Amino acid sequence: MKVKYFAWVRERVGIAEETVEPPASVRTVDDLIGWLSKRGEAYAYAFETPKVIRAAIDHAHVRPDAAISGAREIAFFPPMTGG
Amino acid sequence: MTVVATIRIQETDFDIGQEIAALTKGRSDVGAVVSFSGICRGSENGEPIAALTLEHYPGMAEAEITRHADEAISRWPLTGLTVVHRVGRITPGENIVLVLAASQHRQAAFQAAEFLMDYLKANAPFWKREESPKGASWIEARDHDDAAAARWTKS
Repeated sequence: MKVKYFAWVRERVGIAEETVEPPASVRTVDDLIGWLSKRGEAYAYAFETPKVIRAAIDHAHVRPDAAISGAREIAFFPPMTGG
Repeated sequence: MTVVATIRIQETDFDIGQEIAALTKGRSDVGAVVSFSGICRGSENGEPIAALTLEHYPGMAEAEITRHADEAISRWPLTGLTVVHRVGRITPGENIVLVLAASQHRQAAFQAAEFLMDYLKANAPFWKREESPKGASWIEARDHDDAAAARWTKS
């Protein structure tokens, strides 16, 4: 699946998007955050406070317990500040 | 008649008069147009700002605005609706966002415009980075923006 990062999450991870293949044990958005956090210091820094991270699956907002199976694109970003 | 919202995300500025004319030109059923413009301030919490840079999530930003625009159209008897959101670098005094709601009577137009702005603030995937003499930093979300959006879901 494709993973995208925005705003300071993107800056901390160091890339805007990538394709990942997490193991089957990674079932939810929260699981994915935990799995990504272990990929290196940059990821650990980006996801150091998981509760402030917002997520979207295929362009729709989701909660941390949302299942990721079948997702084409998952995005992680800070709370929004548009308007 | 089916109302289709006009939604644009663009780097360039917009002309409010031209956008209003697009909702009213050649029509006699529009009795009210409410216009909200969000403008870049020159200071934040007493600190001067040189510019804002707006980042967005292409695809999802359009989808979220469309979803909320469609909800506004289903909740209020509107004759037209326009949302324009700028991205990129914006300096103090420049426009950031425009919401226009048109209807036969003012109440629907006022309410729809306020509803859309409250929802866009809390749910549309845009992020502001500010440049100040101290350097650049991402603007933090405000809890009262979430509260403003939530009040529209109360029964």
